[in-house]
Amino acid sequence: MRTKRVTFRHPWLPYLLVLPQLIITVVFFIWPASQALYQSVLQQDPFGLKVTFVGMDNFIELFHDPLYLASFKTTVIFASATAFLSLSLALLLAVVADSVVKGKGFYQGVMIWPYAVAPAVAGVLWWFMFNPTVGIMAYVIDQTGYKWNHFLNGTDAMILITISAAWKQISYNFLFFLAGLQAIPKSLIEAAAIDAAGPIKRFWTIIFPLLSPTTFFLLVVNIVFAFFETFAIVHATTAGGPGQDTTILVYKVWRDAFEALDLGGSAAQSVILMIIVIAMTVIQFRYIERKVEY
Amino acid sequence: MAGSNRLLTILAHAILIIGVIVVLFPIWVAFVASTHPGETFLSGELSLWPGNQMIENYSLILGKGMKIASAPPLWVMLLNSLIMAMGIAIGKIFISLLSAFAIVYFNFRFRMTAFWMIFITLMLPVEVRILPTYEVTANLGLLNSYPGLILPLIASATATFLFRQVFMTIPDELTEASRIDGAGPIKFFFDILMPLSRTNIAALFVILFIYGWNQYLWPLLITTEDRYATIVMGIKRMVEVADSIPQWHMVMATAILALIPPLFVVISMQKLFVRGLTETEK
Repeated sequence: MRTKRVTFRHPWLPYLLVLPQLIITVVFFIWPASQALYQSVLQQDPFGLKVTFVGMDNFIELFHDPLYLASFKTTVIFASATAFLSLSLALLLAVVADSVVKGKGFYQGVMIWPYAVAPAVAGVLWWFMFNPTVGIMAYVIDQTGYKWNHFLNGTDAMILITISAAWKQISYNFLFFLAGLQAIPKSLIEAAAIDAAGPIKRFWTIIFPLLSPTTFFLLVVNIVFAFFETFAIVHATTAGGPGQDTTILVYKVWRDAFEALDLGGSAAQSVILMIIVIAMTVIQFRYIERKVEY
Repeated sequence: MAGSNRLLTILAHAILIIGVIVVLFPIWVAFVASTHPGETFLSGELSLWPGNQMIENYSLILGKGMKIASAPPLWVMLLNSLIMAMGIAIGKIFISLLSAFAIVYFNFRFRMTAFWMIFITLMLPVEVRILPTYEVTANLGLLNSYPGLILPLIASATATFLFRQVFMTIPDELTEASRIDGAGPIKFFFDILMPLSRTNIAALFVILFIYGWNQYLWPLLITTEDRYATIVMGIKRMVEVADSIPQWHMVMATAILALIPPLFVVISMQKLFVRGLTETEK
């Protein structure tokens, strides 16, 4: 971490400049995070009268709690399905958009729309379309003989939140794939075309391998999104149900804190989530370091 | 060869048009629903074409709100969302510009400490420290207030890093020249750094405005009074009502109103948006 070769000198100005950000950081980030760490080793009785130190008990309890383990599994399924669906759709559209001459700007202009839509609103839009009585998608599905009902069927509910989340992420993935494709030298693709490789073969042997850094980066971003930024989708639509079928980790940590009032348990969940974010950030930064070397 | 090429082009456009339909369909369906009278949804009749109740529905929800869901008039929520989004965008840019300036252009004690403290915020999204952050905000008496909506969300490592990168590309000769001319750090900041980072600031503003407008969990936690409710969080209780009483035309009108401002920003500032998005991910 360098400064400029030419720097200014001042006895107190630099401290004053970093002060606003540091105050916000300490008050709203570092202090609460350390509180979560602290509370995760305590056990409070429901009336808040007695607090006892319990060491790792909250964590041990979590990993013996079938509901927590189920929530973990739900989150992993949700995150992988969202990432897979959104990445493959965006990749297909970006590859095709990159190949056309006319209308590229128009297609890109439309693909970025979902980015502007709040996750909560995106969830509500799809929630409406799949509504068993008035939703158009539910109507279409009913015609095939399957009775769609996300109020009763956990799989239906999971499909619903996955589609909402994947739809929302299409913009981001599309833009980054398109940028990645435009960075591939056209001469490589032309050389393959001269060797009479068809478009599908060209894609799998040249384009896809060259895109792999972008794909990996987007995979991490999509998983982070599905893990941490989808609370709104779940809360505004399925509310974790039916039963526990769409209770993802960030939804559970909120509900255990604010509805079940299980402070120690919720704090322990926060700590586990923090560890996951830190791991993801490290992976992301290692990737960026590699990108710089190229 | 030419024939198969032509076929491929047609196929490509067909795929893209299907993609466009998939992307736009939910928004279209919501818009259509918001223009029909409420009874449409009782009969279970599905329409893909706008009805004739658009003006009635929108003026009702904007001016009076949704009584059944005891939701306040929507213009109040829109205004709150605007204040929150602007506050977050401007606040983040402001404090990040200052701290990036200090970290790049000054050699001071605790410089690395400051850098790491800012860096750590990357790893602590509000979702993972939710209860203690709520407690801190409550203890400071910031529940149901604009500072409470804005302040906890304005610390940002990404914005600081972005400005740090921008400043690092500004040639040292400029700094030397302005120092020879007798300009102090503050004058240099306003006369040289600010004009040179204008585009980056604008690009970041677009991203942060959308980020602020689309916040859900935080306003949901800290606002219990209607006069501080934002539109994105307000949509939830309307949906709950709509699941039992058919009010879908009102809910969808709310959804459309909630997505128009950020959508407008993205569409009208597309170039800056794309730039901001790709820059902040570095």
